[in-house]
Amino acid sequence: MTNDRELVDDLLPLPPATFHILLALLDEERHGYAIIQDVEARTGGELRLSAGTLYRSIARMVEQGLIAEVAKRRTAADDPRRRYYRLTPFGIAVARAEMRRLSELVRLARARGLKPETA
Amino acid sequence: MRFYHALLRLYPASFRAEYREELCYAFGERTRELSGPLASVMITLAALADVIPNAVAAHWDVLRQDVAYAVRSLWRTPGFALTAVLVVALGVGANTAVFSLADFVFVRPLPYAEAGRLVKLWQGFGSGTNEVSPANYRDWKAMTSSFSGMGAYWRRAANLVGAAEPRRLETVRATPELLPLLGVAPLIGRVFTMEEARTGQFALLSHALWKSQFGGDPGVIGRSVRLDGVPHTVTGVMPASFQFPSRSVEAWTSLVLREGDFTDRSDTYLEVVARLRPGVPAEQARRELAVVSARLAQQYPKDNKDIGAVLLGLRDELSERSRLLVLALCGATLCILLLACANLASLFLARGAHRARELAVRAALGAGRERLVRQLVTESVGISFVGGIVGVAAAAVGEPLLARLVPSTLPIAEHASLDLRVLILAAAFVLLTGLAFGLAPAVRAGRSSALDALRSGARTAGGRTQRLRAALVIVEVAASVVLLVTSGLLIRAVWRIQTTDPGFVADDVLTLQTALPLPKYDSTARRAQFYGRVLEEVRALPGVRNAAYTTGLPMAMRGGIWPVSLTGEEVLRDSSNTVSLRYVTSRYFATLGIPMRRGRDTAETDTREQPFVAVVSESLAKRHWPNEDPIGKRFRLANHERTVVGVVGDVRVRGLERQSEPQVYLPYQQVPDGDIIGYIPKDLVVRTATPFNSDNLLPQIREIVKSADPEQPISNVRTMSEIVAEETASRVTQLRLLGALSAIALLIAGLGIHGLLTFTVSKRSQELGVRRALGAQGGEIIGLVLREGLALALIGIAIGVAVAYAAARGMGALLFGVRPEDPLTIAVATALCLATAVVGCLRPAMRAARVDPLSALRAE
Repeated sequence: MTNDRELVDDLLPLPPATFHILLALLDEERHGYAIIQDVEARTGGELRLSAGTLYRSIARMVEQGLIAEVAKRRTAADDPRRRYYRLTPFGIAVARAEMRRLSELVRLARARGLKPETA
Repeated sequence: MRFYHALLRLYPASFRAEYREELCYAFGERTRELSGPLASVMITLAALADVIPNAVAAHWDVLRQDVAYAVRSLWRTPGFALTAVLVVALGVGANTAVFSLADFVFVRPLPYAEAGRLVKLWQGFGSGTNEVSPANYRDWKAMTSSFSGMGAYWRRAANLVGAAEPRRLETVRATPELLPLLGVAPLIGRVFTMEEARTGQFALLSHALWKSQFGGDPGVIGRSVRLDGVPHTVTGVMPASFQFPSRSVEAWTSLVLREGDFTDRSDTYLEVVARLRPGVPAEQARRELAVVSARLAQQYPKDNKDIGAVLLGLRDELSERSRLLVLALCGATLCILLLACANLASLFLARGAHRARELAVRAALGAGRERLVRQLVTESVGISFVGGIVGVAAAAVGEPLLARLVPSTLPIAEHASLDLRVLILAAAFVLLTGLAFGLAPAVRAGRSSALDALRSGARTAGGRTQRLRAALVIVEVAASVVLLVTSGLLIRAVWRIQTTDPGFVADDVLTLQTALPLPKYDSTARRAQFYGRVLEEVRALPGVRNAAYTTGLPMAMRGGIWPVSLTGEEVLRDSSNTVSLRYVTSRYFATLGIPMRRGRDTAETDTREQPFVAVVSESLAKRHWPNEDPIGKRFRLANHERTVVGVVGDVRVRGLERQSEPQVYLPYQQVPDGDIIGYIPKDLVVRTATPFNSDNLLPQIREIVKSADPEQPISNVRTMSEIVAEETASRVTQLRLLGALSAIALLIAGLGIHGLLTFTVSKRSQELGVRRALGAQGGEIIGLVLREGLALALIGIAIGVAVAYAAARGMGALLFGVRPEDPLTIAVATALCLATAVVGCLRPAMRAARVDPLSALRAE
């Protein structure tokens, strides 16, 4: 599937917000504000997405086929007025590829003897 | 929160429609925890920081998508893209070139400091204007307070010696106030002062003269150069952009008016420039000048009776003809722009119809109306942008070709240059075309009813589009008829001008100037010696039939107007008594081919010792001695009584398009030494056998002049035919452009008809099939299609002829007597248009006739 591979590589490197949104949707479908909250919690408050940045990213990611809107939700816990998003298989592939790219970078840095802790 | 709602309008509509609810919810949640006295300020700031950068980015995202989509979709239809780009390039290019010409000639500030406050002053009599006498200039200057400065000058040509080679220059003798008044500083050196001008002769050089004759040497300052034998000290060099009063002037020398100059109020030769004081409107200055003139008329009734002062802007001297030549082109290019827009709109409508399925699919996939419209507008603006770049490049390259339309009397460069103003203008045209042809079809395509119709695949979908395209075809035909008729009328006018008899035979006449400098040639005898020697030797050259000298050539020198008096009293000049005066050597008429009607030519024996004689033109004889024999009649002209000894044919001295004064020719020797120095013969005319080769002749004449006087330069070598051709040169330039534009217009209109009918025929193939099945013959079907095309063409022609008639009446001054309703022109234009329409109809009509009834019905 070289074609898919090319499509994936075309999108790399991902903007940080995009990667975080992908991560937020890994375990479950979420609506927009829930994504903001998840990203904020996971990064310990480092990254607080604004509403505009979030939905502009979402619009682009839907267009690129990384995520899709969930047509119907059944769980009682859900807020029926909100729109939920889920990862697509392509989105998962892209997230994996980005992860590989990042770990490769880290591996290279380590191989040169660089350590995250300041000496 | 209401503020945030309002801010959301900054997002692209499609984005807003999709995410408005979500954005508001998320923003509300995020700012809920904010509290305290500054909460509302914080929320406002957060809203701004959130929306503005993201809205810009969202627009950018959409634009990128649209551009990428447009490039892909145009790439698939290269024929369409190329046609559209070329049509835009044509519309934008023609308009940019012509409007920058108009801007250059009419609007752009002249190259002086605060040029808007500079005015020229003339003596006015009746409806005419005259140069100013030194005494009146002095009094105007002293008695008015509207002006912060006033300066005077007169033009003269002078021989320059002391530079690279002896050369004839056009110079201006200017009072020391003049150059500072214009507010342009010399490039190097300085202007001459009043004190200097009183004690000696000083000169400023033009940049071109400095470069060509002094090698651009800064050491030229302080050097002495001889102009007509008089040493002038160079005080400075003017910058290359400086031109005054016209671009041919190469040096400005010092002029001081002395007591003696003020004695004769009737001797008018100064041109006067003044600068209005800040805040003083021209009207106020005119009123003040009127009061002053009235007072002067009272004081000096003999010379100043009925003499007023006329105040004009520096640009107002543009002739009506120069103005109209450019304005007519502006009208023509606007026609082309209209035509281009109509054509593009039509192209895009057709494309829209072809893409109906694609648009319907995109709409079905959820693309909102706004997104589709935006997509289509991106395409059209993209095309007009590319076309605009091509057009502007073509305009920049083509601008020098329009140089002939820049009046040489204006102190501006030969042709407009591409500058910011022109680019802004071009951008405006690009935007105009892009929106004009893109928006309407896009809005149509975006309309939900249209989309519904497209979705349902109804056959009627194209109906309204067809009507719109038909209207556009009518516009195209009308615009091309306007262009055809107006250029046809102008062509007829030029033909008429070119067949006007100039009064002489221009073929095979070589002319050049040897302007004899003063005081070296002050005496008539000295000049006679020079002319005698040169003429004798030139006439002896092989291939030369005749040669003579004159004060000025017809059409090259248009002035030299004097009053004649039959009573012997001095008279003021008015239109009933003026003549154009020339001093000539013998055989001038034979050389130029001016027919001798009665009596004799001037002769070498007509010297100062003999009775003063004159040869007059027929119109003078008719004006003053109708039904009498003019030979032997006497009149007073240029300070002396003259007797008519000969009558010759009239010459169009003022050019082919204008009425000329009657002419009087005087023997060059019958003038006191140092008198009427402006009329010393300087133009040598040589008639040669046909055909002649000036490459051979000219060096021989140079040798002859050199042996007569080694310091004497030769200038202005031209043939008489060139001088006559120059008469219509600006018109011919205009016509070439107009002709090309008309041809293109016709082509576009023809293509418009063709495209529309092709489309109609393909849409109506079922109907045509049914008609065929019901027994209609091929010829009938062809007639059906032809009728449709010709009906559109006829409506367009009717509108076009009406508009052209109105336009032609507006440019009556250019038509040289051709009537705006000239039937031949209108008939030819109509015929051309109809022929084009028929050609445009032919292919679709043939195709309609070939529609197979069975297959058409089967498709049903």
